Amino acid sequence: MILKAKVYNKVFAFKSLKEVMSKANEEKSGDELVGIAATSASERVAAKLILSNLTLEDIYNNPVIPYEEDEVTRAIYDGLNLRIYQEIKSWTVGYLREYILEHKTSGDALLHISRGLTSEMIAAVAKLMSTMDLVCGAKKMRIQSHCNTTLGVPGTLAFRCQPNHPTDNVEGIMAALKEGLSYGSGDAVIGINPVEDNVETVTRLLETVKNFMTKWEIPTQNCVLAHVTTQMKAIEKGAPVDLVFQSIAGTQKANDAFGVNKEILDEAFALVQRKGTATGPNLLYFETGQGSEVSLDAHLGVDMMTLEARTYGYARNYRPFMTNNVSGFIGPETIYSGREVLRADLEDLFMGKLHGLPMGIAPCYTNHMKMDQNDQEMGTLLCAMAGSNFFMGVAGGDDVMLSYQDTSFHDDASTREILGLRPLPEFEKWLEKMGIMENGLLTERAGDPSIFDK
Amino acid sequence: MAVANNELEKVIIQSVLEELAKKGLLSTKSKDHVMSAAMMGTPLHSDDSSDDMVTFPSLDEMQISNPINADAVKAMKKSTPARIGIGRAGTRPKTMSWLRFLADHAVAQDAVFLDVSEEFLNNNQLMSVQSAATTKDEFLTRPDLGRRLSEEAVKIISEKCEKNVQVQILIVDGLSSSAIEANIPDLLPSLMQGLKSSGIKVGAPFYVKYGRVWVQDHVAALVKAEVIVSLIGERPGLGTAESLSAYMIYRPDEKTVEADRTVISNIHKGGIPPVEAGAHLADVVKQILAAKASGVKFNQQK
Repeated sequence: MILKAKVYNKVFAFKSLKEVMSKANEEKSGDELVGIAATSASERVAAKLILSNLTLEDIYNNPVIPYEEDEVTRAIYDGLNLRIYQEIKSWTVGYLREYILEHKTSGDALLHISRGLTSEMIAAVAKLMSTMDLVCGAKKMRIQSHCNTTLGVPGTLAFRCQPNHPTDNVEGIMAALKEGLSYGSGDAVIGINPVEDNVETVTRLLETVKNFMTKWEIPTQNCVLAHVTTQMKAIEKGAPVDLVFQSIAGTQKANDAFGVNKEILDEAFALVQRKGTATGPNLLYFETGQGSEVSLDAHLGVDMMTLEARTYGYARNYRPFMTNNVSGFIGPETIYSGREVLRADLEDLFMGKLHGLPMGIAPCYTNHMKMDQNDQEMGTLLCAMAGSNFFMGVAGGDDVMLSYQDTSFHDDASTREILGLRPLPEFEKWLEKMGIMENGLLTERAGDPSIFDK
Repeated sequence: MAVANNELEKVIIQSVLEELAKKGLLSTKSKDHVMSAAMMGTPLHSDDSSDDMVTFPSLDEMQISNPINADAVKAMKKSTPARIGIGRAGTRPKTMSWLRFLADHAVAQDAVFLDVSEEFLNNNQLMSVQSAATTKDEFLTRPDLGRRLSEEAVKIISEKCEKNVQVQILIVDGLSSSAIEANIPDLLPSLMQGLKSSGIKVGAPFYVKYGRVWVQDHVAALVKAEVIVSLIGERPGLGTAESLSAYMIYRPDEKTVEADRTVISNIHKGGIPPVEAGAHLADVVKQILAAKASGVKFNQQK
């Protein structure tokens, strides 16, 4: 394993694969905060050069966190298809990049080798890729999943309607839900972040939304994004849950801080299979983001991008219905600017898809970052071109409960119309029946939440 | 031809309104209303002597063309602060909703990225020290530096602050300078008065620039106060950029954790108004002094 490189007249030597992985990253404030970022532009290129020459076997033999010490590493290695890995282990990371981009390599071929790639291999190749590389690679892969309806159908773009309210007021939540539906947002899921994480609140919100879905025959899925253990208690008490949600991260230590582990997730998956309301087989909804391990002081000296890939390696064993990335949510100490968010979003979308995950992206931002609405809109269009399965949908782009900005109902409708994408098929039929959409375009009636209050 | 007539009509109406306004026959209020209405079509030109201003229309104004049930839309808007019932231009937001969003984000960004003014510190007679962060960027990207004082600050505090008082109050910019400037002039006197009237010995409050919550632990180690109260700017949302939190800690040491702090947040004119908050904080500080504990330990004693 060669860990030394010469960039013109300068020689750079690194101590470990872990160091090469972090220094090969594009600039992000979180890697700098931890003190593992490249200290010059030339050092960054040297790390990329070394990485391009390493084989997949080198990476397999040097996990960034040892198998014995971390549940996430174990999930990645135990879930691997060793036969496929054996066939490709002599490839260099540089060759893998070109293989991904070749015309003759199809999306299905990528999803095949995916089964023999560890998360670190996937992170490594993404570190060699530019913005357009990431879009070209991600766009090839189409990953479908099914809960009540099918997400990821070619030519479609779906949205989570996110009608949050600062006090969980049911009337206020229903108002924002009606607004979102009237713009065609909500085919991925109707998902509410509750303020109060308790069984009573979660049950009340689940029942209210489920009744509304039944009354208006809306083909979608239902979810309240409380802690997984709260949702499990609600299911046991009979609450109508289509999808179980949980935030996860790329180290066991960070997952401990989130209050989750393999045992709890296994139990949650088994429970929603037995007592949930949805068809399945995909019944989980994960949220992830670069930087969560840094903000929880659980990074173990590994860079944010590699940890994010490991999170996907952990997630893929559960065959989730949707995985949403919120790298822009955490703050300037991990991701500082619009430029850094855009880079992270494209990396995450590509890495998630190469793990075989049904990915969605939230190109979101908080008010203490150097990012604005223009950056968010660029990120949204880029990720839609790269084949994101879904985005969020927030009234006017302003989440009044979580205090951050995400894609608006307007952005949802615009992105579909700009790129000629359609809602999920069943949902489009419903929109037509409601008079909201015609031939894939919003009608005059769209955008009026009072269509549900005739 | 119809278009031209329409344009002509607007110009005539505007000229008449301007003339009426100049002669004082139109109140300022209705002028403003006319101005916001004018934004929907043709701009209104004002001469230098005029005090006309372009403002945002009222949030109550119906933005949806021909809603099926206007009363239902109004009721929905009352039920949530979310930006609903805002209409659209094609798939895009209407001009006024877009500009209002930009304005709210601008106010939030200014709260984060602009500093508390020297004038404000002078007017409120606040001594100023700095955390170990040297610039705003460093403060935002290095949370560890905002949690401790600069060497110079350590020296100033050691020399100038009274030691072994019962309560030391810190004003900390945190993530909103606007929260400091909007709330402190009412909050601080109310809090000081509440404490002093109970005979509590309070050190002279001072200001910490580029500070985070934990900087109070470093100050405590220097002034050896029983209770440290930090009044710190919260991360602004689009709804308000003026929200402030109070963090109280009883005799912190190296083992102190988040759960040891008592927090009262949402202090601003639309939440807990600053004067009220000052009186309430004084009561809480008295209870903490009596309990000799803050945070979870304090709650368990209640």
